[in-house]
Amino acid sequence: MSEPRKAVALISGGLDSLLAARVVMEQGVHVEGINFYTGFCVEGHTHAIRRKDRARPKRNNALWVAEQLGIKLHIVDIIEEYKQVVINPKHGYGANLNPCLDCKIFMVNKAREWIDANGFDFIITGEVIGQRPMSQRRDTMPVIARDSGAGDRLVRPLCARNLPPTLPEQEGWLERERLYDFNGRSRKPQMALARRFGFEDYAQPAGGCCFLTDRQYSVKLADLWETRGKREYEIDDIMLLKVGRHLRPRPHFKLIIGREEGENRFMEGYRKRFVHLIPLSHTGPLVLLDGEADGDDLELAARLTARFSHGRDAEQVTVEVTGRDGSARTLDVAPLPADEIPAEWYL
Amino acid sequence: MSTETVDARHLLCPLPVIRTQDTVAGLGPGDSVQVLCTDPGAIHDIPAWCRVHGHEVCDIVEQDGEIVITVRVGDT
Repeated sequence: MSEPRKAVALISGGLDSLLAARVVMEQGVHVEGINFYTGFCVEGHTHAIRRKDRARPKRNNALWVAEQLGIKLHIVDIIEEYKQVVINPKHGYGANLNPCLDCKIFMVNKAREWIDANGFDFIITGEVIGQRPMSQRRDTMPVIARDSGAGDRLVRPLCARNLPPTLPEQEGWLERERLYDFNGRSRKPQMALARRFGFEDYAQPAGGCCFLTDRQYSVKLADLWETRGKREYEIDDIMLLKVGRHLRPRPHFKLIIGREEGENRFMEGYRKRFVHLIPLSHTGPLVLLDGEADGDDLELAARLTARFSHGRDAEQVTVEVTGRDGSARTLDVAPLPADEIPAEWYL
Repeated sequence: MSTETVDARHLLCPLPVIRTQDTVAGLGPGDSVQVLCTDPGAIHDIPAWCRVHGHEVCDIVEQDGEIVITVRVGDT
């Protein structure tokens, strides 16, 4: 008996890629999963950072999917290479700073490289025509196949019957009539198929699995680029955009204010790289100052720190200000009243 | 049998998993990896990754906010 054909499935952790992989496995193909970590993935760390989220069962959805399917999952760090996708997307952005079409092309291309290097035959994605406004349209799905270099080795099992036959169908590795013809935004066909396979408790993220689809996150990233005067980022930048309140009281500096113990602890790991403030006379947040600040600015930063501490109603709060060189001093300040914090300071 | 150490402290999941995966790729069956991490998510994610790849989690120790996970590489 000949060796089964081998496919790699792009596994996001959501329902569609779970089903797509399962549909192909049902036809006797050996499937392994691949999951790309861009740094913007909602998966994982937001739950890890915020203490209030720790009571929830914590799981990596892509690994959970792999366990459900009984397949291996290869998680690939693409943080550095992905920067060009975010900074300079050929096909532009969606509603926020989400470069969904370039992102999908990039990931399918990486999967193509992976199958070539590992002796696999084709690639599976959970795409469905009409499911997403940018990357999953009738006119853009062929662009993904073409620009990724995957061509007819890219199979979308959930909507394959609405698309021209791919190589695995032409070669008889997959029976076309056992693939599906889903289209549009309805989730009902997927939910019915999940029931048929006995999948329950699968993840259904409302806005997808990427922070770049989030309006508020995109505002913070745009602010970062604008104030630095260049469209660049490091992994620590994009991590810090996920935590704390971000207030920009002056063009030349912003404050990142921890909202609770878990965030404060996470920000502790960054404090030596920033001027940072912490209330001494009252409990309160760790505050990182990103940018340059002089005497008046530091006083304003201290008053804002006091505002978000338990001394917010006190006449005076003592705040410790520590420079990047480790030198510390204390400021006794009045908390800034809430009505003196303009809404536009909040990013 | 060799033992490697992965320092994944202050990295958030899935990076501790990725660092473990990349180290295991260079080892053979029976070798061990000690993963140092601080993200509590690793307590769930590294064992899940081990289960899907056929590796064994021998020990998980938490102390003073640090977690040490010992993995023995399987045959797969």
